[in-house]
Amino acid sequence: MQRLIDRAKELLASGEVARVLGWKKGDLGFNPEPSYFETAESLDNDFVYDGFCGANLSKYMIEASKKDGKTLVFLKPCDTYSFNQLIKEHRVDREKAYIIGVGCKGKLDIEAIKAMGVKGILEVSGADINSDCETLTVKTLYGDKEVSYNDAMLERCHVCKGKEHQICDEVMLDSRDTKDAERFAEIEKIEAMSPMEKFEFFKKELSKCIRCNACRNVCPACSCRKCVFDSNKFDEATKANVDSFEEKMFHIIRAFHVAGRCTDCGECSRVCPQGIPLHLFNRKFIKDIDTFYGEFQAGEDSETKGPLTAFTFDDVEPSIVTERG
Amino acid sequence: MYKINKENLSALFSCIADANELYVPCNINGSVNFAAWDEEQLVDLDTLKTVKSPKDAFFPQSETLYSCKRNGKKLSITPEELQNKDFVVFGMKACDVRGLAVLDKVFLVDPVDSYYKARREHGIIVSLACSQPEEACFCNVFGIDASQPEGDVVVYMIGDEMYWNAVTEKGEKLTKQVASLLTDADEAKVEAQKASIKEIVSRLPYSSLSLEGWGKDAVLLDKFNSPIWEELYKPCLACGTCTFVCPTCQCYDIKDYNTGNGVQRYRCWDSCMYSDFTMMAHGNNRTSQMQRYRQRFMHKLVYFPQNNDGMYSCVGCGRCVDKCPIGLNIVKVIKAFEKGGNR
Amino acid sequence: MSMNNEFKPKIVAFCCNWCSYAGADLAGSSRLQYPADVKIIRVPCSCRVNPMFILRAFEKGADGVIMCGCHPGDCHYSTGNYYARRRMTLLFSMLEYLGIENGRTRVEWVSAAEGVKFSTTMNEFVDKIRSLGENVRLGDLRCKD
Repeated sequence: MQRLIDRAKELLASGEVARVLGWKKGDLGFNPEPSYFETAESLDNDFVYDGFCGANLSKYMIEASKKDGKTLVFLKPCDTYSFNQLIKEHRVDREKAYIIGVGCKGKLDIEAIKAMGVKGILEVSGADINSDCETLTVKTLYGDKEVSYNDAMLERCHVCKGKEHQICDEVMLDSRDTKDAERFAEIEKIEAMSPMEKFEFFKKELSKCIRCNACRNVCPACSCRKCVFDSNKFDEATKANVDSFEEKMFHIIRAFHVAGRCTDCGECSRVCPQGIPLHLFNRKFIKDIDTFYGEFQAGEDSETKGPLTAFTFDDVEPSIVTERG
Repeated sequence: MYKINKENLSALFSCIADANELYVPCNINGSVNFAAWDEEQLVDLDTLKTVKSPKDAFFPQSETLYSCKRNGKKLSITPEELQNKDFVVFGMKACDVRGLAVLDKVFLVDPVDSYYKARREHGIIVSLACSQPEEACFCNVFGIDASQPEGDVVVYMIGDEMYWNAVTEKGEKLTKQVASLLTDADEAKVEAQKASIKEIVSRLPYSSLSLEGWGKDAVLLDKFNSPIWEELYKPCLACGTCTFVCPTCQCYDIKDYNTGNGVQRYRCWDSCMYSDFTMMAHGNNRTSQMQRYRQRFMHKLVYFPQNNDGMYSCVGCGRCVDKCPIGLNIVKVIKAFEKGGNR
Repeated sequence: MSMNNEFKPKIVAFCCNWCSYAGADLAGSSRLQYPADVKIIRVPCSCRVNPMFILRAFEKGADGVIMCGCHPGDCHYSTGNYYARRRMTLLFSMLEYLGIENGRTRVEWVSAAEGVKFSTTMNEFVDKIRSLGENVRLGDLRCKD
C-alpha cells in the first residue's frame, strides 16, 4: 500500500496529475470510501487500499473527466473493462486519466462474512493488499473468528474474467487467480428449471427489491444524464413497490438497457441491500449474446461495436427462443 | 414476568395470529425482513437488524389512498379503508420503537395522518431486547436503552427461554390472549441479561460518539454553510438505500397510477437523495447532490430537533452504516464535523 | 361455457408503417378475416419498438404481443429491422428465462403485399393465446379489475 501512496505523491508532486482518486480509510476498518486526494499530506493520513476496496471507481471517472487536469485513478482489472466501455460511449476522457492498474487478490464482501454468522465485527486482519493470507482473522465484540479468504470474497471474484488490466498506464502489485466457478453455471441452473419454477424463483427474489436504485446508480453502464425511471413524464411512478410487476419491469429494462455494454463487473449484486442476485439478469444477456452473435466481452477494447448496435444479415430469428424448446 | 420455551414459539405465533395479523422478522431468500407470519415462513429472531426497518408496518412503502373508477359517464371515488383490525409487530428493537416516536411527531400532529393514526392505534408492539448489539449500533448516543426497549410487551431471549413482560394495557390484553402458553418467571435472568447488554453497549465502537454542536442548540447557518459538506458528499451515489432502510425517514411522494379504467392515488416513500425529490412546477429547490446530501443530515440532526424539543430523527440503528454501497454514513458526518471544529 | 365467460384475449400488434401496416390494410381491403381481438399500433419502423413497449402492453393487460415489420433486407430505413430482430430475440429469451410462457410474444415479417400472411398470422397467434389463456404472470394486478 505504501508503494501506491509513494507513487501517487510522486505524480502529484511532478504535476502530472492534479488529484488522486483512491480510497479513504473507513471508521470501522472495513468500510473505506472512494475519495479524492489533492495533497501528499492527505494521502499519508487517509489513503488506504485493501481487500475491502471493492467498488468500481470507473464510474467516478465520469465526473473526474469534467474537472481540470488529470486524475490519477487506481483500477483493479475488472474496473478497466468498465473504463474502456465508458471511453467507447464517450463518457470519460482518456486524456484526463492516469490509470494505475492495481493487482487484485479478490475483493472481500463484509456481507459474506456476516452471512457466516459472524456478528459484531470490529476489525478484519489479512485483508491487506500485500498479505498472502488464506485466512482472515475477524476481531468481533464476541471474540475472534477465522474465515477463509476465498469464502469471504464477492461473487464476482469467484467467476473472475482474469487479472489482466485492459487499459492502464502502469501496473502495480501482484494478482492472484481467484476463479473457482463457472461464470454461466448459475444461469444454466435456472435455464433448466420449469417455467413455473423460474417464475417463482424470480418473483421471490425480486419481491425483495426496495427500489432504492443503488444497482442503477452504481452501475458504470448506467450513465444516462436522466434515467427514464426518474422522468416524471413517464406515466407510471417507479418509486412504488406496490405490485411485483413494477420490480420486474425495472430490472428487465435496466438489464436490457445495459445489454451488450455490461462488462459483468458485479457491482449491482454487491450493492443490493437486499442481496438480490442482479447479475443473473445481466449474465443471461451476455450468455445469449455469446450464443446468438458470437462471443463478446464488453470493455475488452474501446472501439468494437456492441452487439446491439450491430447486426448481420443472417442473424437468428426471434422464434429461436420458442423453437429451442 | 412470564416465560415460554423457545420450542413453543411457533405455537405462540399461531395463537397470536388467530386473533390478529402478525408481523415477524422472516428470512426470505436470504434477507431478513418483517413479513406477515404463517407456518411456512422461516422466522428469524437471531438476526439483529432486519434490512428494512419495521416502520413498514405503520407507514408502508407504498399504500393506496383512494381509487377512482370510471363506469360509463359516472365516476366513483372510493377511499381506502383505514386499518380497523389489531395487528402485532413482534420483535421490534429498541431503536425501531423509538423510530415510531419520531414518526408520531410528524404524522400525529396537525394535520393528523389518518392512515398512520389508525395503524398506530391498532398496532401492538412486542419489542425484543438486543442480546447481541453489533458494531454499527449507536442507539445509546440518542439515549436509547437497548436492554429495555419501549413497546407494549417486552421480550428477552435467554438461553432456551423467552421472557415476556407486558408493559401497557394493550400488552396486558395480548398477554391474556396467549396466557395458556406462558408460565410465571422471576426476573433474575432478565436483570442479568440487561446488565450484559449494557456492558456490550459500552464497548461498541460508536458508543462514545459525541453530538456536541448538533441538535436544538446547533448554529444552523454555521452548519449549513460549512465547507465540510463539499468534501463529504463526493462519493455519494445518490441512491436511496440509506433512506429506505431508515426507521425514521418519513418523506413520501403522492402519485397517480393509471389502471386503464381508473386511477389509483397512492403514496410511496421518497428519498431526499433523488433528483426529483420535492420537484415543483418551478423546478427543484435542491439542484446539486451536495445540497441533497446536506439536507438528509441537517434534517436528522438539526432541523428536526430544533422543531421537536431536541428530539433527533436518528435513532442510531446503524442500518445506513451497514448498507451504504460505498461506505458513507451519518456517523462519518458527525465525526467529520467534530474533527473540523463543529463548523 | 356461456358466451359471456368466453376468454377474449387482448392482443397488441406493433406494425411498421411501411410494410406490415400496409399488409394489414391489404388484408382489410381484400376482406380477409382476422379476429377483432388484435389491436394494431402503428410504428414508423419495427426498430421503434422499445422493449418497454412490449412490457408496458403486458402490464396494462395484454395477453399477447406481436411485432410485425418489413422482411429483413426490405426495411424502409435499410437496416432498422435488423436491429429490431436482435433486440426482440434477446428480450424474448429473457422473458422465457423469467418463466413467462413461450408464445405470448412473436415477431413476424409481413410485407405490404402479404395481406394473406397478415391474416393467417393473426389467426394463428390469437389461437395460440387462446390456448395459453389469460396472462397472469406478466401484468400489473392493479390493472386487472
